[in-house]
Amino acid sequence: MVRVLDEDGEVVDGAEVPDLDDDELVEMYRTMKLARRFDERAVSLQRQGRIGTYPPLSGQEGAQVGSAMALGDGDWMVPSYREHAAALVQGLPLKQTLRLWMGDENGARVPEDVNLFTVAVPIASQIPHATGLAWASKLKDEQDKAFLCYFGDGATSEGDFHEGLNFAGVFDTPNVFFCNNNQWAISVPRERQTASKTLAQKAEAYGFEGVQVDGMDPLAVYAVTKAAVEKAKEPTEGELRPTMIEAVQYRFGAHTTADDPSVYREEEEVEKWKAKDPIPRLEKYLQRTDRLDDEAITDIEEDVEDRVADAIAAAEETPRPDPVEMFQNVYAEMPGRLEKQLEWFQSIRAEHGDEALLED
Amino acid sequence: MGENLTLVQAVRDGLRDEMAEDDDVLVMGEDVGKNGGVFRATEGLYDEFGEERVVDTPLAESGIIGSAIGMAAYGLKPVPEIQFSGFMYPGFDQIVSHMARLRTRSRGRFTCPMVLRAPFGGGIRAPEHHSESKEAFYVHEAGLKVAIPSTPHDAKGMLIAAIRDPDPVIFLEPKKIYRAFREEVPDGPYEVELGEAAVRREGSDISVFTWGAMTRPTLEAAENMADDVDVEVVDLRTLSPLDEETVVESFEKTGRAAIVHEAPKTAGVGAELTATLQEEALLHQEAPIKRVTGFDVPFPLAALEDYYLPEPERIESGIRETVEF
Repeated sequence: MVRVLDEDGEVVDGAEVPDLDDDELVEMYRTMKLARRFDERAVSLQRQGRIGTYPPLSGQEGAQVGSAMALGDGDWMVPSYREHAAALVQGLPLKQTLRLWMGDENGARVPEDVNLFTVAVPIASQIPHATGLAWASKLKDEQDKAFLCYFGDGATSEGDFHEGLNFAGVFDTPNVFFCNNNQWAISVPRERQTASKTLAQKAEAYGFEGVQVDGMDPLAVYAVTKAAVEKAKEPTEGELRPTMIEAVQYRFGAHTTADDPSVYREEEEVEKWKAKDPIPRLEKYLQRTDRLDDEAITDIEEDVEDRVADAIAAAEETPRPDPVEMFQNVYAEMPGRLEKQLEWFQSIRAEHGDEALLED
Repeated sequence: MGENLTLVQAVRDGLRDEMAEDDDVLVMGEDVGKNGGVFRATEGLYDEFGEERVVDTPLAESGIIGSAIGMAAYGLKPVPEIQFSGFMYPGFDQIVSHMARLRTRSRGRFTCPMVLRAPFGGGIRAPEHHSESKEAFYVHEAGLKVAIPSTPHDAKGMLIAAIRDPDPVIFLEPKKIYRAFREEVPDGPYEVELGEAAVRREGSDISVFTWGAMTRPTLEAAENMADDVDVEVVDLRTLSPLDEETVVESFEKTGRAAIVHEAPKTAGVGAELTATLQEEALLHQEAPIKRVTGFDVPFPLAALEDYYLPEPERIESGIRETVEF
């Protein structure tokens, strides 16, 4: 398993620290802190009924931020539904993530200049899309773009995982398949998904490289992803473009706010993994190498607090979408039969008023 | 000037002309390349356009449809073929969860301009899973268009219109009539607009709505009874979006309707047409609306398929029941 920092933030023997400048390293730390604070607040908002069901990411910031920072300007990201931190790095405002989990489809409307595909909820179903996107780029002879696709450990049991990776191998598409192995698919442990020793070894069956990395070590994740992105664009002779990365990590919280992890896993296990928390790990490394002092940490904490509060305020100030939007964007042009349904719906709104149509 | 082509040759001709017209169009699927497709719908395309645009894929329907969705979102116009519509189900999640919803989910940032082709329907003495008509699945799914040609001329023109359409189209080709007859098909690309039904035979006593391979036996039944019943036959051609205007107009003229389809009766598209006529034109109705359809049974193997599929005799009886009500 590739590792750069140990659990105390010391560089492990023989490891090479990736080539990130001081600002980038501090930015990595800041983004992870921001993601953690966002996550805490989002879970709390759900408890208060201010957002809907929400999938938390705490514990997974190292894997998300480390991998997302390894993408270049033209590269694409294809998420599942838990990659709020990765999407933030790629350019999706936190407000939009909140709006999505508040039940507003506009949250999934990725800004035009951001190379981020929409969330996909059915497990593994986004993997063939990532292959197709990369394949199209290759057919267009672009050669300068990589397509990073996220999925979890449970996804590796799905047919779409197999079909997506198999196509990627056969058509040699510029993909990086990034498995966030957080040990649990809701309540089912990693051991129950496959008898394979590692998830990374599955790549071998598709003819390309599989790498296992410490997913709670952002520097190792960055290094491994960067190498995979570069290989996707410029493979050496005889080497296939795709890579599968298994980032071994842990979700500290529930699968979503709708489940209680104490039902299926021991607190001891959670504590064991919390000792590997990516944030203090990077913090210690940055402090030890004089890139970060206590004052800077306090500044960063205040900054992320403000940014999360601003995102929440902006999301909560956004009005409920106009119900007419439900009828739009189904087709490029609204079919006549749908227009008639919309017309009737509008007459119902006019007759009863919107308040009467909404549940209390 | 055109050529006399069968329906499957017209499909091939449409693919060929649109690929020549638009470099973004590509064909992909099982055996579509060197083999030219099991029904020869892509014959010769591999030699003309090469392996990057006529792609023999691994045997994996979800992978074919799912990767085509990615390609379409990235600006290409993929035309994946599923070898038989009975094998679309491994890719069903991709069709309903993503192909149909990409535009909605992303509020228009990403779209899915692709055409999923599959031979469908019975009548060719095929093994199990090779004869079903499940158009209702796809008609039920908002975000998809569903087109079913019944003539060579329409097959080419509708296929080209489907490829040019900004939305995903399920293009079901009635394989019973792939080679049943020839028709003059114009050279070069042309469009037959989606969402427009065709009145195949004008009449005043009853409107019979049908599509695909059922159009011919329905017309035959109409001719057989022409001495005493004047039957109007409407070929819907596109089931989604439905040409409600033509359907209702015909019914208002005749006051009677029968619907003929291969698919099982319950919750088939005939049920939707019946409900639409009730909603839109009840006061013109003079008799119960008759559905002459496949039965609510799994499609039988070859020895019994003639009994399952509506043929001119069954269709004529259904029409007479309605006219004589």
